[in-house]
Amino acid sequence: MSDAILVSIIMTLVASSTPILLAALGELVVEKSGVLNLGVEGMMLCGAVAGFAVAFSTGSIALGLVASVLAGIATAMVFAVLTLSLTANQVATGLALTIFGIGTSSLIGAGFVGKTIERLGPVFPAALSEHPWLRALFGHDIVVYLSLALVLGVSWFLSRTRPGLILRAVGENDASAHAIGYPVIAIRYAAVAFGGALAGLGGAYFSLALTPMWADRLTAGRGWIALALVVFSAWKPGRLLLGAYLFGAVMTFELQAKAAGISWIAPEVLAMAPYLATIAVLTMMSLGRKTGRLDAPACLGKPFSAP
Amino acid sequence: MLEWRRRREPSTAMLYLSPLIAIALTMLMGTIVFTAMGYDGLTAVYDFFLLPLLEPQRWPDLGVKAAPLVMIALGLAIGFRANVWNIGAEGQYIMGAIAGTGVALATYEMSGWWILPAMALAGILGGMAWAAIPALLRTRLQVSEILTSLMLTYVAIQALYYLVRGPWKDPDGFNFPQTRMFTPDQTLPIVIPESLVHLGIPAALLIALVTWLVLEKTTAGFAVKVVGLAPAAARHGGFSAERTTWITMLIGGGLAGLAGIFEAAGPFGQLTPQFPVGYGFTAIIVAFLGRLHPLGIVFGGIVLAATYVGGEIAQTTVRLPQAATGMFQALLLFFLLATNVLITYRIGLKAKPAKVAP
Repeated sequence: MSDAILVSIIMTLVASSTPILLAALGELVVEKSGVLNLGVEGMMLCGAVAGFAVAFSTGSIALGLVASVLAGIATAMVFAVLTLSLTANQVATGLALTIFGIGTSSLIGAGFVGKTIERLGPVFPAALSEHPWLRALFGHDIVVYLSLALVLGVSWFLSRTRPGLILRAVGENDASAHAIGYPVIAIRYAAVAFGGALAGLGGAYFSLALTPMWADRLTAGRGWIALALVVFSAWKPGRLLLGAYLFGAVMTFELQAKAAGISWIAPEVLAMAPYLATIAVLTMMSLGRKTGRLDAPACLGKPFSAP
Repeated sequence: MLEWRRRREPSTAMLYLSPLIAIALTMLMGTIVFTAMGYDGLTAVYDFFLLPLLEPQRWPDLGVKAAPLVMIALGLAIGFRANVWNIGAEGQYIMGAIAGTGVALATYEMSGWWILPAMALAGILGGMAWAAIPALLRTRLQVSEILTSLMLTYVAIQALYYLVRGPWKDPDGFNFPQTRMFTPDQTLPIVIPESLVHLGIPAALLIALVTWLVLEKTTAGFAVKVVGLAPAAARHGGFSAERTTWITMLIGGGLAGLAGIFEAAGPFGQLTPQFPVGYGFTAIIVAFLGRLHPLGIVFGGIVLAATYVGGEIAQTTVRLPQAATGMFQALLLFFLLATNVLITYRIGLKAKPAKVAP
């Protein structure tokens, strides 16, 4: 294999890992606070369409990215009000959020189908970002570096800071955290908002960087894969990074095999790969541990109302 | 100031009223949103929700769209009652259609009354097989059925694409990605002459009735409720959570599979890439709108069917994009979940602390 091909594979791998890494990292924080938001796919789609619409009308990718974060937070707040304030079922509300995201994004996106914008470009100057092999390190866009920094940041926040400790306490034992005097619901609101922001940004990565073009349902279930990744990571940011890049590798394989015109595997079978891999990974995770849900936050998915 | 107060016991009136409140709020919100988007909001909402219900000539179409929704939602509701979250009904629906179509293609040159029942049976088994995978993983390895059943939906869609573009492509179909048209022996009979009303519609009603009887009048139905509401008590009472997971997943998959082959052998008459229209996801809303009650689900199925029929009407009358249907359906589910709070809480005036005169 020549170096050029290797470098291009690395570029594809990093690019396809980034959106699921972002979405999964946000969800990890949400779940650490004891909330299960299954609406990742919906928040990603809302972020994707908001980002594209704003970037297309203003011509500014940066504004598009900001809009996607805001759209992600806005949709996450709908979930938060329903589940945290009105104690609605988290599973059902998360599903509703996904159905909402699919409907809203294709309603708003209807006018943008097939329209293209200029892709989000690399951060570093051309000498580095277009260098034959240095570009594997320096040829990425700002969101890629941001996602890696966020992994470090979240890891540090959860394990080394006091607010991080409080957030984990709320997820492990909400009643005790409340009794000590921590505002359980407010902390969960903040976590859900953070999850929404990262899911929105991850969604926008599809419409602004990966395929700078609007297409209906362009996230194609990646939000659900992000949810599975959180389980895979055992709620640890470092393992999440590893998992996201593994999935990126599966997806890169799918793309490379298609591009190479491999004919003995049907393209439909290749397209199944990420979903089958997800099921396989979830299964292996379960085989590897003795008791179920060993690492999940104890209060995950349970509603809390102050007595 | 207003405040929420917990009721002493859940309100029965609100249990039945809150879906109607949710529908009213959805219509209000829809009017606001579509007016803000520059459409004629009032007409859009009227066409969406009311026109399909008010014009008798639309009722057959309403029934055709409600039948699969009701069938799938019945199966899902049984699972939801037991806290089994099968959200991959769409995949089981597709797999049912694929299995049934397999029988249809194998019996292409045959004739006989037995072909359609054989297709229906294959449809049920296909849906069950697809639901058995998450059931097995959940009961044996505690893998979340939510994620696996959903992942399998994407796999089923790709399997459908593969079959209609490859081995099952109609040899006389000018290379279009679709299977042969089903023969009259492979097509659902029409029960009201010269209309769209096929056998699937009375079948859905019958299944709803049977489900209601089983859930309300048998020990099995009781077991499902107990496992969902109080898992510890259920174990103590000898109801196995594992068996309940299996049974509810298989019933859910079987009914979704039956709905799938009925849709293929009814309105479609063949398999095409356009076959999956999301009924499996919409059925989740139907199940909640019907309060997980079989007869409520029939009502919920008709309301959601109206949004499909109404969506088509509003496309021509106010030029609303087809995607509006999906947003409307999601709004409805949001309001349903929000109004649930009225069952256990009521709004009251906050008692003011007595003022001390200066």
